[in-house]
Amino acid sequence: MSDQKTKSTKTEEKANGIPKPTSPNSDLKLDYSSFWNYSDAPESSDKVVIEDTYNHFINGEFVEPEKGRRFASVNPATEEVLSQFAEGTSEDVDKAVKAARKAYKNVWSKMPGRERGKYIFRIARMIQERSRELAIIESMDGGKPIRESRDVDIPLVAAHFFYYAGWADKLEYAFPGRKPEPLGVCGQIIPWNFPMLMLAWKIAPALATGNTVVLKPAETTPLTALRFAEICRDAGLPDGVVNIVTGAGQTGSEIVNHPDVNKVAFTGSTQVGKIIQKSLAGTDKKFTLELGGKGANIIFEDASIDQAVEGVVNAIFFNQGHVCCAGSRLIVQEGISDRFIQKLKDRMETLIVGDPLDKNTDIGAINSKEQYERIKTYLDLGGKEGAVMHQSSCDLPQNGYFCRPTIFTNVSQSNRIVQEEIFGPVLTIQTFRTPDEAVQKANNSPYGLSGGIWTDKGSKIFNTGQQVRAGVMWTNTFNKFDPTSPFGGYKESGVGREGGLHGLYPYVNLV
Amino acid sequence: MSTVSIPDFNQTIPIDSVGVEERVARLNKRSIKTESKLQGLKLALSMIDHTTLEGSDSEGKVIQLCKKARLPYAPMPDLPTVAAVCVYPNMVATAKKALEGTDVNVASVATAFPSGMAQLHIKLDDTRYAVAEGADEIDMVISRGEFLKGNYSFIFDEIAAVKEACGNAHLKVILESGELETYENVRKASDIAMYAGADFIKTSTGKIQPAATQPVTLVMLEAIRDFYRETGIKVGMKPAGGIRKAKEALQYLVLVKETLGADWLNKDLFRFGASSLTNDLLMQIIKQETGIYQSNIYFSND
Amino acid sequence: MSDRIEVLKTYKTYVGGKFPRSESGHTYPVKDSSGNKIANACRCTRKDVRDAMVVARSAFSGWSSRSAYNRGQILYRIAEMLEGRKEQFQKELELAGLKKKVAAREIEQSVDRLIYYAGWTDKISQVFGTVNPVASAHFNFSMPDPTGVVGIIAPDNNHLLGLVSVIAPVIAGGNTCIVLASESNPLPAITFGEVLNDSDVPGGVVNILSGIQSEMISHLSSHMDVNGVWNAANNSDNRKQIDENGALNIKRIIHTPVVDWADEKHENPYLITNFQETKTTWHPVGN
Repeated sequence: MSDQKTKSTKTEEKANGIPKPTSPNSDLKLDYSSFWNYSDAPESSDKVVIEDTYNHFINGEFVEPEKGRRFASVNPATEEVLSQFAEGTSEDVDKAVKAARKAYKNVWSKMPGRERGKYIFRIARMIQERSRELAIIESMDGGKPIRESRDVDIPLVAAHFFYYAGWADKLEYAFPGRKPEPLGVCGQIIPWNFPMLMLAWKIAPALATGNTVVLKPAETTPLTALRFAEICRDAGLPDGVVNIVTGAGQTGSEIVNHPDVNKVAFTGSTQVGKIIQKSLAGTDKKFTLELGGKGANIIFEDASIDQAVEGVVNAIFFNQGHVCCAGSRLIVQEGISDRFIQKLKDRMETLIVGDPLDKNTDIGAINSKEQYERIKTYLDLGGKEGAVMHQSSCDLPQNGYFCRPTIFTNVSQSNRIVQEEIFGPVLTIQTFRTPDEAVQKANNSPYGLSGGIWTDKGSKIFNTGQQVRAGVMWTNTFNKFDPTSPFGGYKESGVGREGGLHGLYPYVNLV
Repeated sequence: MSTVSIPDFNQTIPIDSVGVEERVARLNKRSIKTESKLQGLKLALSMIDHTTLEGSDSEGKVIQLCKKARLPYAPMPDLPTVAAVCVYPNMVATAKKALEGTDVNVASVATAFPSGMAQLHIKLDDTRYAVAEGADEIDMVISRGEFLKGNYSFIFDEIAAVKEACGNAHLKVILESGELETYENVRKASDIAMYAGADFIKTSTGKIQPAATQPVTLVMLEAIRDFYRETGIKVGMKPAGGIRKAKEALQYLVLVKETLGADWLNKDLFRFGASSLTNDLLMQIIKQETGIYQSNIYFSND
Repeated sequence: MSDRIEVLKTYKTYVGGKFPRSESGHTYPVKDSSGNKIANACRCTRKDVRDAMVVARSAFSGWSSRSAYNRGQILYRIAEMLEGRKEQFQKELELAGLKKKVAAREIEQSVDRLIYYAGWTDKISQVFGTVNPVASAHFNFSMPDPTGVVGIIAPDNNHLLGLVSVIAPVIAGGNTCIVLASESNPLPAITFGEVLNDSDVPGGVVNILSGIQSEMISHLSSHMDVNGVWNAANNSDNRKQIDENGALNIKRIIHTPVVDWADEKHENPYLITNFQETKTTWHPVGN
């Protein structure tokens, strides 16, 4: 009790303009860089062959784009062109949809679930076999640290295929009182932040439920999807069951609007999600949308503080902050805010920004020049809005698109940096005094994808967790993923769930 | 510094074990290669409390140990010496003599090591005896039974009394984390020890399993960091028991580097309590310098 | 027959647990199947939609945080009240042209449908929630959670049963709603509001507006605070507009152009889950 009293007094003092007493040695600096720095530890890419050009994968074979136009895929860490890939036109998309339709009608929808499952198991195994190669390509093409592509992305990809493979012959148990039927041809459009993982989230449940697929990877990260096409071929997957058409927004639009597509699955920005939802208006196409977020990470003063700091690091600096469910808004209880921010700043000093292929890199390259510029705009905007910016002091590579981990304090709910999704390693920090205030701040957003709660008190977790309107609540942890765990948003963060049993619903008709 | 207020040890600082273990797992992903590896291996060697704590210890064995401590590997005389040798009180004089003229300290366990099941005056006598024999450092054990009863003031007072008995000798307080069960207990015992005057906090006696683990060490390093912020005092850390491989030693150094930073990366603030670690470090150092994998038959088992 | 002058009923709206007139001050004639005028109904406008939205939103947190058991009790109470007012509905449905037997059957089915959904409130998260066996040291579970405020465009057939069939699953799941009553015959809907008002349903949970649907649909479906739209009108003209408006804030949109709500297949828990979000919670398992 006496402890509580001291804390509320502190708060009042601050309200009266008297600075809150801080630790007597808050000016002490911990030195994380002057001695014993890690030597370069690059993952070798020698064994990985990236072709100069790539074609679409349609009906079981790699085919030249009809119009012959190509885009370049750039390594964002070096700004060098990795490869040229095909731009899908309406002709290419039509060819792919026809192949998918044919495969659906003649082969895939007729195949017993058990046999379908075995193909998906095969794919899972082949992903494991080629996991390092996939991880390296993912890091080269998208800029994410090899530590993540190797230990998070690709293992989860394999796990996802394993999980849904097992569903293929058990679907009758998934929908009480109803019989599931496949939808037909699914058009799937995935983003650049988790290229291979998003592919798995889309393709695995679609195939397990008996649908066929036309998938478009993002224009900055097409390479692993094309490797996946090779895996489908090597696995003997019947021609046309999976088709990969590369391209940019226009190609995506061709897929969405193709009259013979039965279902659209999209992961990306809320802005594009709205365009897709609108363009599907009046049609019978089903859709799922996984869109943006501005996740609130609420830290109560009774939290396990060092683990919470680590949780915040995982929440916002994982994958350069290119995470729709990132905990990009830190909401910390006033009594511990100074201490917490100091610990966070210390931790930020130990984050290594640099070569995505270096095994010690914590934060890799920003995915593209465009995204890099966008983040920079927000960094400038934060200052204009009166926020106080702090960045870690690490060195950045000469070339490539890199951004230091960044936090903004002295922000208000009305600031754009608090409201808008930045999609970079940029955290805003607000404080709160009561649980109600924390929930109110967390929910004051059109998004509702993720949320975090840190407290040692179980009942507070359930109470707060119930009130935060978000599809994924990470309590005393953050940014954890598993194929059995449904993922998806409330409000403008999307419609539908991916992962788990719930991830089957968007791919079936119930009769 | 004079106004350090002692926290209420009945308050528990929450620690999430899954989070601690995840953090360690992530730190273990650090890849220590080439120059940083060689530097780290030599650093680890210089931080060893080369230890023998057996009932069967003899003067002869302790002298051998000290020779190894002074010159870990004769073909490479420029390698660092270990930081200290660690022995029972009745071997302190022998060790002191064997190490004369070197920078290698003599550390002695005391306070009815390893159980600590004795009256305070016996523990204090044990401590004074070791210091009188020439020990530069005293490794005491806390009374785990009293701790688990919740008798925190007993623990605090006992440590403070032993600290006083140490005089100029440095005091390392062994928590015996393997008997404390939870990270929260480890944290609490760390705080009690530091506020009571410990110069080092140490995980284990080596006589109880589990001995040192990285998650326990991380929790203690974080306690040291908070204590430093609160008081400005730098307390040292010593994981002890079960650390046998150079790779693990480097992992521990990564924990230190990324929790407390460069200031703690020296033998004044970090030690390994180990016996067989020395040889593995030597083998890895030679591998780094020659490119040839080594066999332990070429290295003395002292 | 006595020569007493009968007191006629004024049909108003049901909003926020009260029976206000339309803000417009206008009414429109409701006719029976032969074209004879049987009553006037409020001709609500976008402003009535706006006002109803405010109360529906403010009722949401209270209603959604009620225990499932309590919501079930209240739905059962609605059924009890409806059972007690059978005669009134019988009269209204017959007035609109239904045969006596058909009307009686429709009312009975409506009562039964309410009871069906009353029983679902505390089962929906058991049947549709999951505990997910994640590979890491975490406990992980998923639970349905109401979407929020749902705009309902009531069916133009089965004026009572159709209405009950769309309101019950929405509120059973913890949502609140704004209902645009059948345009051709809103009278049972307004009377149903009286049933709701007598049934411990908190004000604002169900809000019923009558009027020309085309004057309100665009405002309802474009409203940025509406989370979902259930279009039960068998009218394909509106569909594209509703979908397009829904895209403004990623509304959950369901179209059920059902011909016969008496068919039992229109009584199922998937009509509840249409307006449920899935919330997944992770927590470490450790000491």
